[in-house]
Amino acid sequence: MSMELRTSPHLVGDRSVERIMKHVVLSLLPICGFSVWQYGLSALALLLTVTATCLATERLFNRAAKQPSTLNDWSAVITGVLLALTLPPAFPLWMAVVAGFVAIAIGKALFGGLGSNVFNPALIGRAFVQAAFPVAITTWVPAFSAQRFSEFVPTTLTAPLMMPPDIVEWVKLQAVDAFTGATPLARWKFENVVASSHDLLTGVVTASAGETSAILILLCGAYLAARKFMDWRIPVAVLGSAALTAWLFQLYDPAHFPAPTFVLLSGGLMLGAVYMATDMATSPVTPLGVWIYGALIGVVTVMIRYFGGLTEGVMYAILLGNALTPLIDRYTQPRVFGTRQQGKKK
Amino acid sequence: MSLPNQADQGITFDTFMEGVWRQNPVFVMVLGMCPTLAVTVSAVNGLSMGVATMFVLVSSCLLVSLIRHLVPKEVRIATYIVIIATFVTLVDYLIQAASLALYEALGAFIQLIVVNCIILGRAEAHAAKNPPLPAMLNALGMGIGFTIGLLALGGVREILGAGQLFGVSLFGASFQPWVVMVLPPGGFFVLGGWLLLFAWWARRKEVRHGA
Repeated sequence: MSMELRTSPHLVGDRSVERIMKHVVLSLLPICGFSVWQYGLSALALLLTVTATCLATERLFNRAAKQPSTLNDWSAVITGVLLALTLPPAFPLWMAVVAGFVAIAIGKALFGGLGSNVFNPALIGRAFVQAAFPVAITTWVPAFSAQRFSEFVPTTLTAPLMMPPDIVEWVKLQAVDAFTGATPLARWKFENVVASSHDLLTGVVTASAGETSAILILLCGAYLAARKFMDWRIPVAVLGSAALTAWLFQLYDPAHFPAPTFVLLSGGLMLGAVYMATDMATSPVTPLGVWIYGALIGVVTVMIRYFGGLTEGVMYAILLGNALTPLIDRYTQPRVFGTRQQGKKK
Repeated sequence: MSLPNQADQGITFDTFMEGVWRQNPVFVMVLGMCPTLAVTVSAVNGLSMGVATMFVLVSSCLLVSLIRHLVPKEVRIATYIVIIATFVTLVDYLIQAASLALYEALGAFIQLIVVNCIILGRAEAHAAKNPPLPAMLNALGMGIGFTIGLLALGGVREILGAGQLFGVSLFGASFQPWVVMVLPPGGFFVLGGWLLLFAWWARRKEVRHGA
């Protein structure tokens, strides 16, 4: 007897894993497009390289495990695209290949593939390259440079295993006004400069390839939520708890801590809340659990940003939330209809 | 895994080869993980740790085997530990005298050889039940197996983490070091990779023999 093993949801209808994944990919396209428009060829090459690596790795592990190909469920594409969007636009391509391989191999295939993974694969990939190449992953380039569609940023085409070249001179040649080479979060942390909400909303700031425009990410997320391809509670809980925490800190010391809007709009919080934290395989399934999970991610993100050594904490906050997901699920099981609550007498 | 009763089997080829390959302490038995993960940031560190452990292993197994009929059962563990500690102290001073840099790189892990479960395990499971020659051969095999394991980890971590092997640069000056490889997580990643490779290889062999 042959039995087909599939991940949830086990529904008869049009709601297949493939369909949901396809819509997530579709909703990511505007963000990718914006990224390519901002950073040009380098961002395009980054997106294509990481996605291709993820697909190839997925196929490789399918073959090693003698399983049928799982490429057509589109999940590897999502991992690839999301991973690329969290990397700096001029990230060397060979490092991007490492990130993509680690994301699928260690983050997903070794756990048993889609649905069995404990952590968000894209974030595993990013966490690995963050630990392996701390300099390259914090090297930022200006957006909208004049030759962005005709030439690569020098670091993009670094030879494999080699150190990326210094791009200070190249950045000067681009003559983009007021480029500081630091993200808004780093500028706040080390120079106490708070970027304007307008810049953060429209995405004219220094950041990873896909985390610049908060408006665009929110719109794409709203589409997914409206079509019910995503649990809207998770981003709401993440953003709400982050805003609340930031607001409390600002009440306590307005001179030192920035406004909640800055916390919400800067860095990767938007992208993380909408696309990373909502990963179905690694987030809780109970209604109460989802709120706890989201709130936890929001609070931890703000704590890392304010008191940690790093400028950005979304990635570690979500990974921590992923790790706690089974525990949250266990303690928030709803009462089965028709049964008594545990511990209560008649 | 099953450890067969290893009393007086005489000397076979397997007495020696068991530890090197089939029961490799690092890749198959997954013993002695503390030094395996902690000191293998470079091939030299891994090799010297392996050799130091091998020396202690062979010497203490020889001694344990020689006095195996004199030691009462009730105090045998304490006796083994005293014997092992003696050789560890010897190695500790020897390394300190030979190379202070290496001594500092290995740190407390030289002294910690005394609690390495491979050594106590060999003393208890093999040396205490066998004559000196097979006991030494078996210990030597285990020691070589352990050294191979440490060298395999240290080699990969040094190549990726520093771009060199035994201090010889492999990729030129502009190599980008993988910082994570010389940090503790790198040890786990590389160990996991090797275990995966070994398990995969063993399974393939099993399938082939079964078919």
